[in-house]
Amino acid sequence: MPEGPLLAVRGLDACYGDFQALFVVSMEIARGEAVAVIGANGAGKSTLLKSIAGLMRSRRDAIAFDDEPIGGMPAYAVAARGIALVPEGRGLFPSLTVEENLLIGGQLGRPGPWTLRRIYELFPVLEERRALPSTVLSGGQQQMAALGRALIANPKLLLCDEISLGLAPIVVRDIYARLPTILAEGVAIVLIEQDVVQALKAAQRVYCLQEGRVALAGAAKDLTHEAIAAAYFGV
Amino acid sequence: MQWINVILQGVLVGGLYAMFAAGLSLIFGVMRLVNIAHGDLIVLAAYIALVVTQTLGIGPLAALIVVVPVMALIGYALQWFVLNRTLGDDLLPPLLVTFGLSVIIQNGLLTLFTADSVKLQAGAIEVATIRLGEGIYVGVLPLLQFCVAVGVIAGLQWIFYRTALGRAFRATADDPAIAQLMGLDNRHVFALAMALSLAVVAIAGVFLAVRANFDPSQGPARLIFGFEAVIIGGLGSLWGTLAGGLILGVAQAIGAHLNPGWQTLAGHVAFLIVLAVRPQGLFPKVRA
Repeated sequence: MPEGPLLAVRGLDACYGDFQALFVVSMEIARGEAVAVIGANGAGKSTLLKSIAGLMRSRRDAIAFDDEPIGGMPAYAVAARGIALVPEGRGLFPSLTVEENLLIGGQLGRPGPWTLRRIYELFPVLEERRALPSTVLSGGQQQMAALGRALIANPKLLLCDEISLGLAPIVVRDIYARLPTILAEGVAIVLIEQDVVQALKAAQRVYCLQEGRVALAGAAKDLTHEAIAAAYFGV
Repeated sequence: MQWINVILQGVLVGGLYAMFAAGLSLIFGVMRLVNIAHGDLIVLAAYIALVVTQTLGIGPLAALIVVVPVMALIGYALQWFVLNRTLGDDLLPPLLVTFGLSVIIQNGLLTLFTADSVKLQAGAIEVATIRLGEGIYVGVLPLLQFCVAVGVIAGLQWIFYRTALGRAFRATADDPAIAQLMGLDNRHVFALAMALSLAVVAIAGVFLAVRANFDPSQGPARLIFGFEAVIIGGLGSLWGTLAGGLILGVAQAIGAHLNPGWQTLAGHVAFLIVLAVRPQGLFPKVRA
């Protein structure tokens, strides 16, 4: 078992063409912990997750997973090492049924606690609608399918990009209520969340991004509203 | 009675056109690549079959055991080393590269095999016929070719909708970036799709070469037939592609029966009518 943190981001820069979205961002995720990344629109939260997942170019030593550099590695190789991303907007495959979406999430065959059966136990509604195209699901069900598709890969690190986006509060609570079950299996989670209260409740530690830089980091219970507001809005 | 025979012949030839079209449609569906060299690859497969039958001394149908895997390998390598580099947001680079490939294949075959037309000899099966009724006869070879075509379409349908490979094809076609997050290497998925496409091309090429004389310049015409069958049937639907091939075959047979010079023309007219009346094709795949 490697000694260091599960994920270590050190001095990560990310650019879209000439536009730099992240500036020397550093963060660490321990095994099995839940960390929230908060920040205003355009703060670089999604870019951070995309960089970790291998969808954006980055310096080789800027990201280490299990003590091995994975920066700039293609996304399929990162996935094989045990990082799963629930992308912004869910990104379900419209040509695939609900069950096929789940099966393709597990196609790498990484061993672990999550199987199709366990996913259906976690989200029973997905089993009822398993043979339907993923496009006919409601927003909340689509989010459950996207989460299930990531979990079934049995990742060591689960990256969730705005799970609550566009969902009714009751649905958001319903999904967040499943997080303890997921964490109990030992996976570490990084949550991107616009809803700061929700994020502080679900996570042990918080990073706040502001214009591509880490403006604040700390344990969720130690952060004051004032400190978060200052880091969030930069006032 | 005569007309029944004409239509029957058209249907049987249509199976061949459906095989031309299936590989084309598959590649466009998975990676939005229009393969201009498709027809030349069919002719290339025919020449490979010619070499195999001559060197191994086996019949054309037995030669499929060699030609299909060889073409699949060529397809994988072609995609991996050449075509994957051309894919992106722009449709033009793959179009230009496959156009160049078409020129290279034609001239390569011309250098190696000359412009003389050749044919694969399948022996007695070529002239064997079955009598279906009063005055209605079908050739055993065209019937076999038709059955193989239906089998190929059914097989592709099965691969696409019932296997992990098909799932990977559809997912990558939907969203290549998200597919990578599932651990799928797009380059490998695309290369497998091209391998599958050229495996079908191999079968089509061998039947083409048994059916009639061929020479290195015949590729582009096969490409047109393939395109027409795809458009008539509707993009993205495999059974539609089969229907498109049959309609094209029947139209050509009727045209040829009316006047021997109208064969190809009648096919083009049928294609244009479908394009004018129902531009999405007869059986388009409804996409969300």
